[in-house]
Amino acid sequence: MSVLWVLLLVASVVTAAVTGRMPALPGAIAESAGRAVTLSLGLVGVLSLWMGLMKVAEEAGLVRALGRFARPVLRRLFPSVPPESPAMGAITLNVAANMLGLGNAATPFGIKAMEELERVNPTPGTATDAQALFCALNTASVQLVPASVIALRAAAGARQPADILAATLLASTCATVAAVTAAWALRRLFPPPPPGGAGA
Amino acid sequence: MLKGALEALSTWAIPLLVAGIPAWALTRKVKVYPVFVEGAKEGFQVAVRVIPPLVAVVVALGMLRASGALEGLAALLAPVTDAVGIPASVLPMVLVRPLSGGAALGVVADVLRSDGPDSYAGRLVSVMAGSTETTFYVLAVYFGAVGITRYRQALPAALLADLAGFAASVVAVRLLFG
Repeated sequence: MSVLWVLLLVASVVTAAVTGRMPALPGAIAESAGRAVTLSLGLVGVLSLWMGLMKVAEEAGLVRALGRFARPVLRRLFPSVPPESPAMGAITLNVAANMLGLGNAATPFGIKAMEELERVNPTPGTATDAQALFCALNTASVQLVPASVIALRAAAGARQPADILAATLLASTCATVAAVTAAWALRRLFPPPPPGGAGA
Repeated sequence: MLKGALEALSTWAIPLLVAGIPAWALTRKVKVYPVFVEGAKEGFQVAVRVIPPLVAVVVALGMLRASGALEGLAALLAPVTDAVGIPASVLPMVLVRPLSGGAALGVVADVLRSDGPDSYAGRLVSVMAGSTETTFYVLAVYFGAVGITRYRQALPAALLADLAGFAASVVAVRLLFG
């Protein structure tokens, strides 16, 4: 990530020098930094709401029940996670919310899942295979209802705004399969540091 | 039919969950209100923890966009993407999707206006937007929330998934709309 980050920064400055867009950069930098904070703080409301509901669901035993329900699949995808971990329920909720296009609810569930996965991480600060797979899965989630796209199509006067549902389902399923396969296939190329060590 | 059911599910799901979870918990003798407040506290802490990694990612991507690097890349890639069935108007989608959700929806709106929602380009851009995610944002938020700075295989796997999603979008639109 460090290399990629520096690469992006340097490439931007070099390109701006070549294209003569350097005057636009200082403004873009300040504006982006500000927007990152707005984005984060914009999450506070929905995060608080769903974190609260999540806690209620946990105490009522709902999260555990959901985790048990999805265990046959999740155990294969996340073999290193204890089957009784609350992470399983949080992952199930996250995937279900993503499929319904409920991005607002999916993010808090996903963060909860990451927190539970971090509890069983022998190398804090470095992603485990389970966390890497979970995040990759979230960047390519299976979509049953791409709500914002359908709204845009309706606004643009499409004959049937939702006629892209089947194609979207097909494409997002392919993306999800690719995410799982790639995360699994690439895991040995990115070995974690030895447990307990600070790492490079 | 199925479409209507799915849309109804997506509108009803949130209100039903917001009311249903506390109601169910109450029957299980959970002290619903204090437990909710206790859990909700975490929302603010998580949002604050996410700020530093998000600043890093958003600034780098903002610089990239302002520098004109994306336009340059688009010009370089145009012959290739044209050959595999991605029209020039849809190409910005492929470049912008992993970087910014707002910008991606902007591209969708643009193409729908210029090419029409029922055109090949209009459908393709819609399917692409619906089947992929804002990769860099998702990774920054999820890893940032638990203080992870070494993502290991997550980034390449996520980008490969985006690529697969774009390729599959072309195939799916060709297949289903002829």
